[in-house]
Amino acid sequence: MTNDLSRKDKTLGEALRSQGVSRRSFLKFCAATASMMALPPSMIPTIANALEKARRPSVIWLSFQECTGCTESLTRAHTATIESLIFDSISLDYHHTLQAAAGHAAEAAREAAMEENDGQYLLVVDGSIPLGNPGYSTIAGISNYDMLMDTAKGAAAIISVGTCAAFGGIPHARPNPTGAVSVSDIIKDKPIINVPGCPPIPVVITGVLTHFLTFGAIPDLDDLGRPKTFFGQSIHDRCYRRPFYDKGLFAETFDDEGARLGWCLYKLGCKGPTTYNACATTKWNGGVSFPIESGHPCLGCSEPDFWDGGGFYKAISMPTENITKTTIYAAAAGVAAGVAIGATGRMKKASASKAHQKVTIDDLEK
Amino acid sequence: MTETELLTWVRGPGFQIATIIFVMGIMLRLLEILMLGRKADLAEAKGSEMSSGLRTIFSRTLPDASTFKRSTFTITAGYIFHVGLFVVIFLFAPHILLFKDVIGFGWPALPSTVIDATAVVTIITLVVVLAHRLKDPVKRFLSTFDDYLGWFVTILPLITGYIAFHRIGISAPALIAIHILSVELLMVVFPFTKLMHTFTLVLARWYNGAISGFRGVQS
Repeated sequence: MTNDLSRKDKTLGEALRSQGVSRRSFLKFCAATASMMALPPSMIPTIANALEKARRPSVIWLSFQECTGCTESLTRAHTATIESLIFDSISLDYHHTLQAAAGHAAEAAREAAMEENDGQYLLVVDGSIPLGNPGYSTIAGISNYDMLMDTAKGAAAIISVGTCAAFGGIPHARPNPTGAVSVSDIIKDKPIINVPGCPPIPVVITGVLTHFLTFGAIPDLDDLGRPKTFFGQSIHDRCYRRPFYDKGLFAETFDDEGARLGWCLYKLGCKGPTTYNACATTKWNGGVSFPIESGHPCLGCSEPDFWDGGGFYKAISMPTENITKTTIYAAAAGVAAGVAIGATGRMKKASASKAHQKVTIDDLEK
Repeated sequence: MTETELLTWVRGPGFQIATIIFVMGIMLRLLEILMLGRKADLAEAKGSEMSSGLRTIFSRTLPDASTFKRSTFTITAGYIFHVGLFVVIFLFAPHILLFKDVIGFGWPALPSTVIDATAVVTIITLVVVLAHRLKDPVKRFLSTFDDYLGWFVTILPLITGYIAFHRIGISAPALIAIHILSVELLMVVFPFTKLMHTFTLVLARWYNGAISGFRGVQS
């Protein structure tokens, strides 16, 4: 956000203190982070120590085919939480939406940050990259692909923020007119952390940053490149409405008795059973609630191709095509084929019995 | 192909292909049997074919005393896994949603825990039934590839369903996709194996009853 070197030289601890964060609340944050990332309490001093001393890492944030929803989610905290302060305390050297600079100055800031922190900076990407035609999305006349490849070269690690950067997201949805791909589709030689979600949970970003600052390495990832601490469990397994699923109590519509009583939303298309995210535990808006708690089924936004999953309001066990029509046509075709085969059989039988020659005793005695 | 893509495929085109083969196959095979026809019986009818036939469709659901005494295990185990299959397939809420989507109406479901327990009992019974088939010399002699294939494609959705329900091992989208895929395998194989007895048993029972009815004897 700034090129002020004096600010950049501050450690994270200094930066937090200068913003009025007490030692007590800082340690509370470290304890919460440790428990969130399933680390033992003995790790809290290590985290505090590492964060205290960490130089604010340079972060370059590239926005490609995206809606800025991810940035909105991460920056529009209602209150100034420590998470947001940590987020403020990184040296965000390039970010379209947040930086003051524009045009050549903005690009110069990116290039300067890349040069100064070569091999050290974190690259955050939101949005997918169009491969169909470089002209579909450009920044300062540079195609998204070129800018990503150029900036990724010197990055220590890449964080793909949001489902578009992590899996292609909405631009990647059928028929994918721009040939959109995810970061991990084209970059193979850098550690990539996927933080999917539409948008992703802000605390997950700070959690990943804390982990990176504490251990100097990326956290444990699942097979889709998502930090296991946040994406290790499905919404369904941590859902407070789960007992209703087990009892077979479902809301049938959005305004029936079941919906009012807070029963399971499976029949209304909830993708909780196939979605891995931390919504059910960390929740949104400072822990107020999450979509299911507000009465709406989970859309499965942190999973690849969630947009093409056959409709948000179709339960997972329901086919996505019109099977009634298929059944009728198949039955008609089956009857026609059966009758045709049967008729052929009958004709064969009739001609066989017609051709049948009777043998008499006289014939045998010949 | 990602797990989600696989899940989307098995719920979409995969299920459509399986349905076409399943429905076409059943219709074709039933029509084939019906079109064979029967030779006219020139003897004088001693009773009604229809009433005896219809009655037999239901009466044969219960075994007669002597048969039951002779094959107590086969019949009891057969009942358990058939009832189990019915409960698991037709009374589990997510399954009912599928039927509702296709035929336009649904019915009440049993709690998932009941389905879970029934699935375990059904799986165990099917394993025991296979063991008995392999151990019993007569059954083993009479068994063909068809029998083992039918057993395999029946137990597979039960096992994959159980694993998907309990979310054991790999991620949930993959488990659900594998479960649906195993059901599609069952649907594809169904019309061309002895599993067709699900439908032909009605014809067979009616025919047995009708012959007895025509002759004026008890069926």
